[in-house]
Amino acid sequence: MEPVNQIDGRAIPFGRKNVDTDVIIPAKWLKTITRQGLGRGAFEALRADPDNIFDSAEFSGSPILIAGDNFGCGSSREHAAWALLDLGIKAVIAPSFSDIFSGNAFKNGILTVVLPQEAIDRLMEVAQTDPVMIDLESQTVSTPFQDRFSFEIDAFRKNCLINGLDEVGLTMARDTAISTHEAKMRDQLPFLARGTDAVAAA
Amino acid sequence: MSNTARTLYQKIWDAHVVEQRDDGTALIYIDRHLVHEVTSPQAFEALRAAGRKVRRPDLTLAVPDHNLPTTARRTADGARVPIADFESAQQLEALERNAPAFGIRYIGDADAEQGIVHVVGPEQGFSLPGATIVCGDSHTACHGGLGALAFGIGTSEVEHVLATQTLLLKQSKTMEVRVEGQLQPGVTAKDVVLHITGVLGAAGGTGSVIEYTGSVIRDLSIEGRLTISNMAIEHGARAGLCAPDEKTFAYLKGRPYAPKGADWDKAVAWWTSLATDTGAKYDKVVVIDAADIAPSVTWGTSPEDVLPITGVIPAPESFADPSKQDAARASLEYMGLTPGQLLEDVEVQNIFIGSCTNSRIEDMRAAAAILKGRHKADNVKWAIVVPGSGLVKKQAEDEGLDRIFVEAGFEWREPGCSACLGMNPDKVPAGERCASTSNRNFVGRQGPGARTHLVSPAMAAAAAVTGRLTDVRKLMA
Repeated sequence: MEPVNQIDGRAIPFGRKNVDTDVIIPAKWLKTITRQGLGRGAFEALRADPDNIFDSAEFSGSPILIAGDNFGCGSSREHAAWALLDLGIKAVIAPSFSDIFSGNAFKNGILTVVLPQEAIDRLMEVAQTDPVMIDLESQTVSTPFQDRFSFEIDAFRKNCLINGLDEVGLTMARDTAISTHEAKMRDQLPFLARGTDAVAAA
Repeated sequence: MSNTARTLYQKIWDAHVVEQRDDGTALIYIDRHLVHEVTSPQAFEALRAAGRKVRRPDLTLAVPDHNLPTTARRTADGARVPIADFESAQQLEALERNAPAFGIRYIGDADAEQGIVHVVGPEQGFSLPGATIVCGDSHTACHGGLGALAFGIGTSEVEHVLATQTLLLKQSKTMEVRVEGQLQPGVTAKDVVLHITGVLGAAGGTGSVIEYTGSVIRDLSIEGRLTISNMAIEHGARAGLCAPDEKTFAYLKGRPYAPKGADWDKAVAWWTSLATDTGAKYDKVVVIDAADIAPSVTWGTSPEDVLPITGVIPAPESFADPSKQDAARASLEYMGLTPGQLLEDVEVQNIFIGSCTNSRIEDMRAAAAILKGRHKADNVKWAIVVPGSGLVKKQAEDEGLDRIFVEAGFEWREPGCSACLGMNPDKVPAGERCASTSNRNFVGRQGPGARTHLVSPAMAAAAAVTGRLTDVRKLMA
């Protein structure tokens, strides 16, 4: 995973509440077999409007998205995170996120920043004309106008994002502990330790 | 491990902790991983890119279900009938390629054992009580009907489990939903779970693992318990559980991947010990009286919008919460319904009997019992039965149920997820209604503009006969 630290640039002042994953990426796009190319389906229904903000000359390709409460609610589809990434979005700022979405976003290196609604309102205003800066190390969002908002982030997630650590790789490094557990299972609960080879064993 | 009284959930959790971390998370071992064609291609792609293997292919089972057409998959001479949708065909081919490449047992699209992952797992004895079971699908909670800790995961987690056979998790809260008493005639497991969802609300179980207890759950068949646990996610729960008992053991004994010989005895002893200890505390307890549960139906676009079939469409103003009032208004508009309308006056044009919620043999029998000697109404344009697996299909055919369905005007299809979510060609046309035995009545779930009413298999059969949502008790002998 690419390390994430500073994300600077234009922020799409989207602002909508309860954006569900069907809005982020409709079901018909779930038939793909790769993570790439889903940007075309991102916010498809909204982008049917030729004057939509995502394709505007000003905001197309912006790395930051500003949204309202409960961003990413609904289905667990990770395609929502892949679609945002493919659209070039590296961070989403909102007052709250669905748990599953923020987990999926994190696993794909997208930073989800939780800020109070007042801060969101201010950033929405600034974003109309000016860039927004996110600094993960100091956990702050700032603007060229001396606005400075602090945000909280889980220490494990912060460490993974800043160092570009891949969770699968981190767990694979715990191989000894996993192998020890497997040996214990084979001894104590052998019927769980045997899977599709149970037929051969019988 | 603690010596104090523990719940079923706590016992399963404790048995699977690989490592406890200071931040409250734990690395949890996963005993069984079910893989289907929709949420796995990107996980396999990532393994390949990183040069990683599947840690325990023997604990992984792959079967396609979501995209497969439910029409014939092979010609008379055994050649594959091509899947018209290019992307569906591509997802199927990816799984056909990935499973053997990573050493995973693969059940093919035309194999006798093929079916919906959540029907296949228990049926093959691959899903076991006390096991941790995951699948890239939110209805994985289904396997909790056997007393397994089972839940849905995203594609990155699928990759994580394939590579490490573990997941990093935080313990959930516990909730007991106790259903006591005796179900009235015509009331089935599906009505019980719809009723529970109506009582708890779509988010009522958020952050919790629910254990379903009480005499009603104990009296249910395993098929019925799988139906209940299947919809745990529809009231927001991470997972559902029913304590394993003699019925569970009888259901599993002799199944292909179930333990054999000395293993079996050891397994039964452990499974028996998993029951929640007397004095163990749940974070929340909800008690439901079986006498309050009628044959149920959903009227809106959230699974919590449940009413007894004898009810009337509610007025949005009847809800206390202003946001629910708005949601109800939007639901009624989408559903084309008017407050005050009798549910039994609502005409349906489509009937779907199937899905991981209601496609097991008992569901087939319940629907056939209503349809026997009857025919669907003329206004019902499309009525299909999609058995949950090839083995369910075969058993139903051996019992002559397929003939009852066909004589009643239904189409008897090949197994798969089908019109539950319409990823394959089985969709409900825009603006039309479907009495459906599936699990979600979301906007557009069964096809763009489709209007879904969730019901039990017997209620779906009754709606087919009259062409309207119908109280099945009127058609019972």
